[in-house]
Amino acid sequence: MICNICGTKEATIHLTEIVNGKMAEVHICESCAEEKGTEFKTYFNFGDLLAGAADAEGVSGGTGKKITLVCKDCGMNYEDFAKNGRLGCAGCYAAFQKPLAALIKQVQRSNYHVGKKPSRIPKGTRNIHDLRQLQEQLRKSIQTEAFEEAARLRDEIKQAEEKLKKGKKAKGE
Amino acid sequence: MSEVDRFIDKPVNWLRATGPESDVVISSRLRLARNLGHYPFLSRLAESQRDAIINEVQSAVKSSNFLKKSYFISSPDLSDLDRQFLLERHLVSRELVAEEGKNAVVITPDETVSMMVIEEDHLRLQVFQSGLNLVETWRIADEIDNELEKELDYAFDATLGYLTACPTNVGTGIRASCMLHLPSLVLTKQVHKVLQALSKLNLAVRGLYGEGTQASGNFFQFSNQITLGQPEEEIISNLEGVIRQVITHEREAREYLKKKRKSKMEDQIWRALATLKAARMMSSSEAIQLLSLVQVGIDVGVLEGQVTHTDLNQLFLLIQPAHLQKLNGRELSATERDARRAARIREYFAKVIL
Repeated sequence: MICNICGTKEATIHLTEIVNGKMAEVHICESCAEEKGTEFKTYFNFGDLLAGAADAEGVSGGTGKKITLVCKDCGMNYEDFAKNGRLGCAGCYAAFQKPLAALIKQVQRSNYHVGKKPSRIPKGTRNIHDLRQLQEQLRKSIQTEAFEEAARLRDEIKQAEEKLKKGKKAKGE
Repeated sequence: MSEVDRFIDKPVNWLRATGPESDVVISSRLRLARNLGHYPFLSRLAESQRDAIINEVQSAVKSSNFLKKSYFISSPDLSDLDRQFLLERHLVSRELVAEEGKNAVVITPDETVSMMVIEEDHLRLQVFQSGLNLVETWRIADEIDNELEKELDYAFDATLGYLTACPTNVGTGIRASCMLHLPSLVLTKQVHKVLQALSKLNLAVRGLYGEGTQASGNFFQFSNQITLGQPEEEIISNLEGVIRQVITHEREAREYLKKKRKSKMEDQIWRALATLKAARMMSSSEAIQLLSLVQVGIDVGVLEGQVTHTDLNQLFLLIQPAHLQKLNGRELSATERDARRAARIREYFAKVIL
């Protein structure tokens, strides 16, 4: 079997992927697999990977200069997290926001939650979450070419965004 | 008599092999991770805060319709053997057993639901079902979660969703998993291909007895890896879709074996049964491997109703170390356990005619 990517070498690695909820097979040669290596290897040993990635990406920022981030709520610093992959409290998510966002994107393939929310949360939190849900629905309706639905959602998103802006203004004054 | 003794004689509901696709899928499990907003996560938790969390959760459990009849067991009331026993029944995790500080577990009488209090996250709610039935596990977990959140303030962020100690659980906090028995794929040497494929699908595969162990006796646990950016229902249906395809592959491989390698397979199954009927000493791993072959015998119709999936699933549990000791009423050395295990298995297969 010939490699699906370069189309020249013999494929030795056979992978299967979900495309629109269906399994599709991919056949790749070793050199192409190596090139795409990180994409394939990210799923096993999440914890290890997490700790390693946190170390490499976040703190040094490529310049080698260490910036120590500390969570003011629980006193944990980012290096502790990089070592064991566990955060100290809910506040850590805000304190380490910048390096964490990159890390979360890498392991979760996404940066925001869609799905369930608690019934008792502050109104501001609820509005932001609702807006995200609508955006996600819009993305899906475009993907499935349900354009009438998409148009309706777009209007709803506009309204939600205005509501959010008003809320912020009211808070500011 | 300790609290957990009431479970000993009862067969585990979700091991009854009554659910959908139960020739391949043994059980479905769904876990939800939740944290209380006003306490630090586990690593920064003070001893007094542990008590406070346990108390808050206990009162929330009392006002939950679903959980009010459940047992609330806190760790100081459990012996090491009790903990091991609950671990073998999947009611607590290795992490909870290893935790030195105070923690607790809530278990419904039918053992379908267990909720660990102060594990890696403050709450780890688990729901079990027989066969491929993730949709039902989510329905139940969602209902309990709705009841509990009326009393408890969860750590929730507008962007990241439910906040968890480890960012790999953030968002929905969901881990859905199914235990599959894939002997035909193993025998036809195709399982490697399937596992390799799964690594591309953001799914994880593990052996039967928990994290870090090799898949033994042809049992594999499949679970979702990503918890953020997809609604709960989508995470579940994606996993279920993949599992349905794995089921199809397993059944195809089974048909192939039946057609092309019938005599060799029958030979292996009957030899396994002969060993099980005769052995005087048997380790867990040998037992699991041989019983797995008997399971193949049921699937391909060799045993003609002499053994059922339901009985076999229960037997798998009863021959685990802590179960053997609980049933024996005292602690046993490893050698004594191997002898008791062999005896129990012989007793069970006595009615089977070779």
